[in-house]
Amino acid sequence: MADEGLQSWKSLALGCAMTEPGTSKRFNTGDWRSRRRPLTDREKCIKCGMCYALCPDQCYTADPKAEGYYDWDSFYCKGCGICIYECPKQAISWQDEKEEDKYGPACGS
Amino acid sequence: MARRVGLEVSLACSEAVKLANVDVIAAYPITPQTHIVEHLAELVADGHLDAEFVPVESEHSAMSACVGSSAAGARTFTSSSSQGLALMHEILFIASAMRLPIVMAVANRALSGPLSIWNDHSDVMAERDIGWVQTFAENGQEVLDLTLHAFKVAEDHRVTLPVIVNMDGFVLTHVIEPIEMPEQAEVDAYLPPFEPLQRLDVHQPISMGGVGMPEVYTEAKKACLVALEESYPVIVEHWEGLAKQFGRSYQPVESYRTEGAQTLFVTMGGIGETCMTAVDEMRSAGEPVGQARIRLWRPFPREDFLRAIAGAKNLVVIDRALSPGGTDCPVASELKSLLYSRGQNVYVSSFVAGLGGRDVTRETFKEMYAQAKADYKSGAPMVSRMVGVKE
Repeated sequence: MADEGLQSWKSLALGCAMTEPGTSKRFNTGDWRSRRRPLTDREKCIKCGMCYALCPDQCYTADPKAEGYYDWDSFYCKGCGICIYECPKQAISWQDEKEEDKYGPACGS
Repeated sequence: MARRVGLEVSLACSEAVKLANVDVIAAYPITPQTHIVEHLAELVADGHLDAEFVPVESEHSAMSACVGSSAAGARTFTSSSSQGLALMHEILFIASAMRLPIVMAVANRALSGPLSIWNDHSDVMAERDIGWVQTFAENGQEVLDLTLHAFKVAEDHRVTLPVIVNMDGFVLTHVIEPIEMPEQAEVDAYLPPFEPLQRLDVHQPISMGGVGMPEVYTEAKKACLVALEESYPVIVEHWEGLAKQFGRSYQPVESYRTEGAQTLFVTMGGIGETCMTAVDEMRSAGEPVGQARIRLWRPFPREDFLRAIAGAKNLVVIDRALSPGGTDCPVASELKSLLYSRGQNVYVSSFVAGLGGRDVTRETFKEMYAQAKADYKSGAPMVSRMVGVKE
C-alpha cells in the first residue's frame, strides 16, 4: 500500500499534540485565493492601519521602506476581501491575478 | 490508622476525591450523582479541600472544562449520570484522544425514555467505545478504593488516559455502608502529586486537540487503542499497590465459588453481591453454580475472564442494558466474541435484568438459572431473554 509521507503511530506526540510552536506559519492559506487579490492605492491610503488590524490572516505587515504603509503577503491572503470592505477611503480594490501568480514569495503591494 | 465509618456511598466517593487532593472539579448535578458533587462543593466552600469548583451550566461544559483543566496540568475530577453522561458524549472521545487523565464517577442510571432516574447500565454502555479505562464497583468500599485507584492509573505515565468508575445509582450511591476511611498520609503514600507527562505551558508552547487530517487520523486512533490495551498491566499493578497500602485486594475479574461449578453467573456492578448470596443458597441446595464478577470493563481483561470461567459449561450473563436490533446485549456480545475468538464452545445464556430500577433479587437469579439450565439441556440456540417482563 502506498504510504508515502505517512508518519508511524509510534512517532506521534502524546494525544497527537503539536509540540513545535508556530507551525501555522508554514500553512499556505494564500493557496485558497480565487484569481483575484487586494491591491492598495497608496495615493488614496491615509495610513490608518485598518487593513493591518482587521485582516484575519495577518497578511499586512508594516512596510520597512515607507512608514505608515503596509505590505501585503500573497502566501497567507485567502482573498476574503475584508480589507477592501473596511478601508475607509476605498483605497484597496480587487485586481485579477493569474493562477500561477498566486504562489511565490511574499510580495509588497 | 484507617477509621471505620458509616457513610453514604456517594459521600465516600467525595471523600476519596478529597483525599486525592484534586485541583479542579467541574460538574453539573444530576440524580443520582447529586450527592457526590454536592458534598464536594461543600468541602471546597468550607475550606476542607483546596480546589477550584467550576459550577458549569451543563455536562457538555463540565467535560469541556475538565479537558481544559487537565490539559493545563491540574488533577481533575467530574461526575455524572444518564442524560448528563449522554450530553458529555462528544467530549468524552476528545478527552481520551488528547490523553487527559481525568477521573469521572458515573452513578449508573437508565437513559430516557421513558424518563427514569433509576439504576441500570444503559448510560455507560452507550459510552462503551470512548477509549477510557472503565471499572465497576460493587460496594461502598470499592467506590472509595476504585476512585483512588483511578487517579493512580490515569496519571501513570505509562497510561495517561481518563478513567470512569461506575457505581450503581441509588442501590449503591444512596445506601449507608461501613467504609474503612484511610488517613491522608496513607493516601499520600499511595497517590503522589500529579506530574503531567505533557501540559499547556506558555514557556514550552504546544497545541493540543488539533485537526487530524486523513494522513494522521488512523495513526492517532491506533496510538490511543494501543495505550488503552497497554494500560492493563498498570491497572493490575496499582491494584496490587492498593492491596499493600490499604490491605484490600482487587482483581480484574473476581471468582466466587467456581470450583466444581458447571454454571457460572457473570455479573458487573452492585448486583454481584446479591448474586453471591443466591449462589450460596443454590450451592446449599446442591446446584453446581458459581460466579465471575467483571470489575474491569475497559480494557477488557480477556485472560482473567477465561481463567475465571475455565471448566464451566454454561454462562448465565446478566446485562443491565439492551442493544436493540443487535445480536446480543453488550456484556454477552463481548463474552461471545471472546469465546469464539478462542474457539471455546461455552453455552451462553444471556439475560437482561434490572432495567430502569427493576429489582434483581436472589429469586431472580434462581429463575434465570432454571431457564438457563433448561436451555442448556435442550441445546436450543442461544437467545437473549428479558427477565420479568409482564406479558
